[in-house]
Amino acid sequence: MKTFVYIDHFKGEVQPASWEAIGLAKKYGTAVAVVFGAGTDEITKAAFEYGADEVIVVDDAALTDYRAEPYASTLSALASSSTPDLILFPTTARTRELAAMSAVDLNTGVLTDITGFEMNGDQVIATRPIYEGKLLEKTVCSGKPVMATIRGRVFPKPAREAGKTGTLTKGDAKTDALSTVQGYSAAESAVNLGDAAVIVSGGRGVSNNPSLTPPAGMDEKQAEIWRAQQGFALITDLATLLGGAVGASRAAVDGGYITYAHQVGQTGKVVTPDLYIACGISGAIQHLVGMRNAKVIVAINKDADAPVFKQARYGVVGDLFQIVPALTEAMKKKMGK
Amino acid sequence: MKIIACIKQVPDSEAKVKAEGGQVSWGDAPLVINPFDEYAVEGALQQKEASGGTVTALCVGGESARDALKHALAMGADDAVLVSDAALNDLDTVGAARVLAAAINKIGGADMVIFGRQTLDNGAGLTPAQTARIIGWPMLGLAGQIKVDGGSVTVERVLEEGRQTVSAKMPVVLSVVQSIGEPRYPSFMGIRKASKATIPVWSLADLSTAAPAPVITRSELMNPPAQEKEVEMITGDSAAEIADKLADKILAEKVL
Repeated sequence: MKTFVYIDHFKGEVQPASWEAIGLAKKYGTAVAVVFGAGTDEITKAAFEYGADEVIVVDDAALTDYRAEPYASTLSALASSSTPDLILFPTTARTRELAAMSAVDLNTGVLTDITGFEMNGDQVIATRPIYEGKLLEKTVCSGKPVMATIRGRVFPKPAREAGKTGTLTKGDAKTDALSTVQGYSAAESAVNLGDAAVIVSGGRGVSNNPSLTPPAGMDEKQAEIWRAQQGFALITDLATLLGGAVGASRAAVDGGYITYAHQVGQTGKVVTPDLYIACGISGAIQHLVGMRNAKVIVAINKDADAPVFKQARYGVVGDLFQIVPALTEAMKKKMGK
Repeated sequence: MKIIACIKQVPDSEAKVKAEGGQVSWGDAPLVINPFDEYAVEGALQQKEASGGTVTALCVGGESARDALKHALAMGADDAVLVSDAALNDLDTVGAARVLAAAINKIGGADMVIFGRQTLDNGAGLTPAQTARIIGWPMLGLAGQIKVDGGSVTVERVLEEGRQTVSAKMPVVLSVVQSIGEPRYPSFMGIRKASKATIPVWSLADLSTAAPAPVITRSELMNPPAQEKEVEMITGDSAAEIADKLADKILAEKVL
């Protein structure tokens, strides 16, 4: 089976699930990495080192900024001429659009955010969560090529083999852009929950520390947010020590304690880290669905009846303002940092 | 300005959704407007307030989906259209996009078509971009802010990496995210108006189109494997003691 693997990147950073997709493609045949952009030599090199048999690169100033339309047209043209059986993408905001449009061009369909992949003869059967992860479905695509976006950190990442090369082919860019990129501002702190191996999250409880006295002149809501920010500072310390990311529950985000980018759960993200530490999160169903596939879940909450404990491997009934900094200290010592 | 907000009806997010006999069951839980689509209606109403014009809520679904459209009307949409046809039961996302594109044409086009980022049920998030591709309009996805200036629209896209400002000439297709602002509650007057509204129902024949054949089909529906987790509560006389024990447990899991 010949598989195109679309390498998704932004400002030079490749989404690691792109490499996981190369690994998956190789398991069933030939992996042809597809790299679009301008100045993509490093990415092409990495694609070979992660195991791509061939790389088709479309390096063109017209593709400098990702725009859905020209990227989709470029991909559709390549797929029409080299007829892959399957096109894999890492699941990102960009690939959902790109795959969606290319599927219209190629008269096929997209299986999104898949967590399982198997072959029945030459038919791809993909497993994907639906209804916010409350159910799983196996789906098939009758069009050709089959298109699928894979969830990050589900399929094994191939080992990188320095210096490995393969066949390099150049492709032509389509320039049918319908929009113009005016500018970009990086997130104030990098939030990449999908790729994080460790996530430390805060919920409503993060604002619940009456012993803190907010600066004079704040109204009640400002004081609540100020308290929450002190709580998130403790959470950030622990996350930083463990090399992880900071997450949040919907309550924390809606309360204005932290930006939407940090939200785990229903309207936010589904995450699969190795370690998830939930602090002051009671565990609304949406949040639990968003994090329950983490390998190890630790819950710290004042309320012994909080539903979050039902999903946890380890639980602490206590005040996060005491437990979290103590845990940071203990981990620091034991990790020799 | 003519704005169309595309919405879908889904089981409430509090619903205990289960697989029963190969079918999705949500018990007695109500069907509601897809929560992400409430942001689409909110975004549409904000643009109407800023530039004048009308907001039409558009939905493909069964008869029950009238209630989702009534919610949009109660929020402030001017009118609503339901596309309903027994032949549309097995729509996949491309199929839904084709039907929506035909309905947008029958409405007479628009300056702006706004979607929520994805639905709570299927969750693929493909339909907005597929609709844009089919009607050939620019796609401005994941907008957290929308500004109209003359004939062009500038949005701030909320990406994982940051915020990207992108503009395009109208007509455009947009999808919006939560940063657009909390959806307004239906007003008392809005609810009264919605309850009296007549919502036209268009069949595929009205759209002069056939049911798109599904490309994606479900072969199996499963409940997620039961998670047998026995929580181990960590206790101690002081925060330091608890933290010490917990740190040992975490390190023993060898996940760091």
